[in-house]
Amino acid sequence: MKARDRELYAAGIALLATVAIGSALVMIVGRGPGHVWNQMVVRVVTDPARLGQVVYRATALALTGLAVSVALDAGLFNIAGEAQLTAGVLACAVVGAGLPEGTPWLVAIPLCALAAAAAGGAIGALIGAGRAYRSAHEVITSIMLNEIVAAIVLWIGNTFLFENGTTTGPPIIAGARLPQLIGGSSANASVAIAAAAVIAVWWLRARTTWGHALRAVGRDPEAARAVGISVERMQVVAMTLAGALAGLAATNFVLGDRHAFEEGLGRGFGFIGLSSALLGRLNPLGIAAASVVLAFLSVGGLAVEDLVPKELPEMLQGVVVIAIAAAVPWTKRKARA
Amino acid sequence: MDEAKGARVIAFVLRVIAASITLVLAGLGGAVTERSGVVDLAIEGKLLFGAFAAAVVGHATGSLAAAIAAGVLAGMLVAAVQVGCAVGLGADQVIVGIGLNLIALAGTRFLMQVIYDTGTNTPPCPQLSDNVLANPLAWIAVTAAIAVPLALHRTRWGLRLRAAGDRPDALRAVGVSPLRTRLYAGLVGGALSGAGGAKLSLAVAGFSADMAGGRGYIALAMVILAGWRPAVAALACLGLAIADALEIHIEITTAIGRHIPTELAHLVPYVLTLVVLVVWSSKARQPPAALGKPE
Repeated sequence: MKARDRELYAAGIALLATVAIGSALVMIVGRGPGHVWNQMVVRVVTDPARLGQVVYRATALALTGLAVSVALDAGLFNIAGEAQLTAGVLACAVVGAGLPEGTPWLVAIPLCALAAAAAGGAIGALIGAGRAYRSAHEVITSIMLNEIVAAIVLWIGNTFLFENGTTTGPPIIAGARLPQLIGGSSANASVAIAAAAVIAVWWLRARTTWGHALRAVGRDPEAARAVGISVERMQVVAMTLAGALAGLAATNFVLGDRHAFEEGLGRGFGFIGLSSALLGRLNPLGIAAASVVLAFLSVGGLAVEDLVPKELPEMLQGVVVIAIAAAVPWTKRKARA
Repeated sequence: MDEAKGARVIAFVLRVIAASITLVLAGLGGAVTERSGVVDLAIEGKLLFGAFAAAVVGHATGSLAAAIAAGVLAGMLVAAVQVGCAVGLGADQVIVGIGLNLIALAGTRFLMQVIYDTGTNTPPCPQLSDNVLANPLAWIAVTAAIAVPLALHRTRWGLRLRAAGDRPDALRAVGVSPLRTRLYAGLVGGALSGAGGAKLSLAVAGFSADMAGGRGYIALAMVILAGWRPAVAALACLGLAIADALEIHIEITTAIGRHIPTELAHLVPYVLTLVVLVVWSSKARQPPAALGKPE
């Protein structure tokens, strides 16, 4: 089996396993799985507002998924997507609100996006440097930073931004707002930013020397070092890029939807990016597809809330992660046999 | 020492022990699992399911002992799934751990919906005594803190467990299955973490969503800081509880003469862990050689 077929095969098996486990859970709550899955598809597909929500969620998941995959290409687990996205949300909103009124969108939007990416990237760089130069394991530092950044950002909000008793900061200027795409939903033009990021990472990874060096570091750091690649620098750069991608997801929430800093905005998307990255088998195009699938699962889960508790599809986000982790070695064994 | 002062010191020590039970048990559980070669990122999930099972069984039976047993079993069940996927199927251990935590977070709320028709709190269950000397989980934690290090270094079980983590091939060469050794280690680790979870819900007579609040991750960080030595990990967890009980932010407040914002006060253990990891990059802190590898 070719490598790409094997990846598709693994993702397919993981999805099937997830649907099977989901069906078992649906039966536990006393519903017919066929009816629930059918209703889920029908209610999402026939409702433009819900389709728009799928686009909205998929936009963020594609970016936070890329943030996991770029780091994992270099052999590092970036589970600080939450911290990077939260920092991005804050930076994006502060810049968006601080720009002089009347700044043209051609200036305002790139500036806000840059601020979001820089904030997320800074946190990624910190983690990468800790790992590369101080052998502080990135999973542990990521977990610590998720807590630390959330608390600091909340403190900044409470102290400087939130307006009279609310948990919302000042609104961003009109020029920094991205247009809505589908009425009744939060889908917005930042889907173009996500699409551009998907293509850019795909190109970097598949078509450039740098991308090959990146993956060489992930496959075998010692071999990469032997051919003259600076493993440490690669790790820092990969984590910085990863953090910037997660930070960029803030544009979807701040510029495209809420138009201000809000407590908890974007929460959870950094973490679920892990699911989209793994289900997408670290291939940028696969991640884009996986993001749509996972977004569909969330929106569809809410759509059938009258049939099954909304916690059920949330659980499946974890199930799919384990299913893919188990399916990959299995398909490898099959391929060898 | 006058009597009032003595009583205050004793009260403080008891408070620290009570506050540290969950972290100490989770730290010991994590150390056992990791020493056998399995990355234990699922501690958070074991705490959550342990806390949930204890609350449910406690509510149904009214028995504290049954509740604790349920918490222990739930932790073992999560561990069985974890080791089964990670070692049996060869799935990536970090991913399995994170996946299990995601499942635990949503799954405990899902089960609350199914059983009690609410997504936030379970109905009341028996409560642990405020008196730590009458708290069975405190005794379990103290016993485990002594027994686990001894068992790891003085028993055949411990020798095999450490071999499974460092040289699984050597273990196989003498006819012992690394998978089975890791499974047994994982079950013991899961039981300890599950007991730690039971403490969470039984201390407040009920389970509430996300009540582990990151303690599982903190426990794992302590295991790593302790260089995978269970006794040191237990002490590190106790140290965190002391820091909390001393209300360290008040100490700092008086030291720098400024008030520390409440949002940041709970960050002390996270910042400490981060600083220690980065500043004190110790060669003594070597993970088990085969940690994270399927076999």
